[in-house]
Amino acid sequence: MTSVHVADLVKDYTIRNGLKRTRLRAVDHVSLDLKPGRTVALVGESGSGKSTIAKILTRMETPTSGTVEVVRDDGTTVEKGAYRREVQMVFQDPFASLNPFHSIEHHIARPLRIHNRTAAGEETRERVLEMLERVNLTPAANIAPRRPHELSGGQRQRVAIARALAPGAKVLIADEPVSMLDVSIRLGVLNLLGRLQREDDLAVLYITHDLATARHFSDEITVLYRGRVVERGPADAVILDPHHEYTKLLAAAAPDPERLGRVTADDSAFNDTVERDAIDNGRCYDHFAGEWREAGVPAAAR
Amino acid sequence: MTNLKPANTTPVAAAPARSGWRSLLPTMTPWLAIGLILVAGISLFGLLGPLLVGDPRQIRDQGLTPPSADFWLGTTQTGQDVLAQLAFATRGSLQIGLLVGVLATVLSAFFGIYGAYRGKFLDDAFSLFTNVFLVIPGLPLVIVISGFVPRESRGLWTIAVVLAVTGWAASARVLHAQTLSVRQRDYVAASQVSGEKPWRVIVVEILPNLLPVIASQFVFAVIAAILGEAGLSYIGLGASNSATLGTMLFYAQNGFALSLGAWWWFVPPGLMIALFGTGLSLVNFSIDEVINPKLKNLRQHRRRARRALRLERDLARTAAKETDR
Repeated sequence: MTSVHVADLVKDYTIRNGLKRTRLRAVDHVSLDLKPGRTVALVGESGSGKSTIAKILTRMETPTSGTVEVVRDDGTTVEKGAYRREVQMVFQDPFASLNPFHSIEHHIARPLRIHNRTAAGEETRERVLEMLERVNLTPAANIAPRRPHELSGGQRQRVAIARALAPGAKVLIADEPVSMLDVSIRLGVLNLLGRLQREDDLAVLYITHDLATARHFSDEITVLYRGRVVERGPADAVILDPHHEYTKLLAAAAPDPERLGRVTADDSAFNDTVERDAIDNGRCYDHFAGEWREAGVPAAAR
Repeated sequence: MTNLKPANTTPVAAAPARSGWRSLLPTMTPWLAIGLILVAGISLFGLLGPLLVGDPRQIRDQGLTPPSADFWLGTTQTGQDVLAQLAFATRGSLQIGLLVGVLATVLSAFFGIYGAYRGKFLDDAFSLFTNVFLVIPGLPLVIVISGFVPRESRGLWTIAVVLAVTGWAASARVLHAQTLSVRQRDYVAASQVSGEKPWRVIVVEILPNLLPVIASQFVFAVIAAILGEAGLSYIGLGASNSATLGTMLFYAQNGFALSLGAWWWFVPPGLMIALFGTGLSLVNFSIDEVINPKLKNLRQHRRRARRALRLERDLARTAAKETDR
């Protein structure tokens, strides 16, 4: 089993505009912990740094400062080559994350072969079919030779999940895995993720902007605003008893037939001195501790 | 922990292996058929022709005879068989075209795709290099280089390299732009996350999606090379040791074929170049449809419109007959 400790993560992007260079802080002193068998939801609006955190965790980006530590149960740290085996990602758009040129079999066979999980040839093929059956794509022998455009969005996302699990991943980053899918099949894909998580004791980081699925699917919620953690805690506590004005706004942004008009978040909404202070000083409300604390330090022990 | 399904012991019926290759083939249209027939016919002539005809250099005392049963395409001023010359010249031109096509495609693929994939400094450097070659005026440079190399060492390869070096830059820019678009896609990121090595990401994940573009650039490079070589040879700067369609035109010009009215001497090589270029262009148009499906939709749309018009006319005619009766 594998846990992930993210401590004080900062990511700056340099924006070149002619000769002027400005710095954009996408992720600002974020700390979070992923534990086997538990799901942490990362919630926030577009541009709040959710996907940047996913990219850093999958080592597609290097952090400006801060550390990401992936630790196995026996206390050993996961390094270099093994990292790609342990930490995998499911992308947002199933229509873009599968190569239109290659068969479904290729997508699942490659991770198996790269990490030497199977010998080439028949063994890999059998394992591919096994993986497809695990994500409820049956008959697997019929699906395997097809190409992505012959599958529906939900089926493709299942293939993407199978690909992520193929190397034997223990940590799964799911970057809005259902936001591009039809509403009617979202629950099916989420339940599949939940089942696989229980079976393999996965640590899951579930990135979303949808509070409803976050509450349904995750144990903990971390709310991100402009790259900063503004609130974190058990899923129910954050949704039912939001302390930060931004979390309240997010909760209110879910469509409610009783209320008309649009709710948008901006700094002017946070006039309450506590929240104002929190935004300026990088503090967040920690439901585990039941108080406002520094966002940079890891969550209180639970 | 691992709750795998019970092993499926019954062997699974082998499903037909379908790959992405089929989607790369252009749809058969009359234009593509004409293009393929032209290209294949001329290639066959260049390939097999030299085996069937006599010695193109053999000098006879019957100079400048028009086409006859003995000499199907007549003879030159020195009594050489034009048909034999044409066969060998076609072979020479095809050789140059193929050689330059391959060289230019490899160069443009390397500088375009690899640079765009790596990004950052390497990309900037490669782009600058490509741009420099792009603005160099091609033909004058070719003339200077060809003139600079002494005639005796100016072989087929020298000309091919010169033409390839001056001709790869435009394709590199096209491939560079396409690669930038493809490498941003999630499936490339996904293969990187699953631990693919960079060369495999380029060759297996990115390259297949660029194949139609590469094919079209290759065809374009072959046309440009054959035309360029013909131009060079015509002004006497071609390869010294090979006969091409350009050298044929050069000798026809030197032998005053035009003023003597010996059309059978200069029309066949000229026509050969024109037909081969036409054939390759028609093939290229069909490849364009693979790259840009909008073109295909446009063609299908036109066909549907024509069919609708015809149907409408038929209906109007039958209606007119009804009223006549």
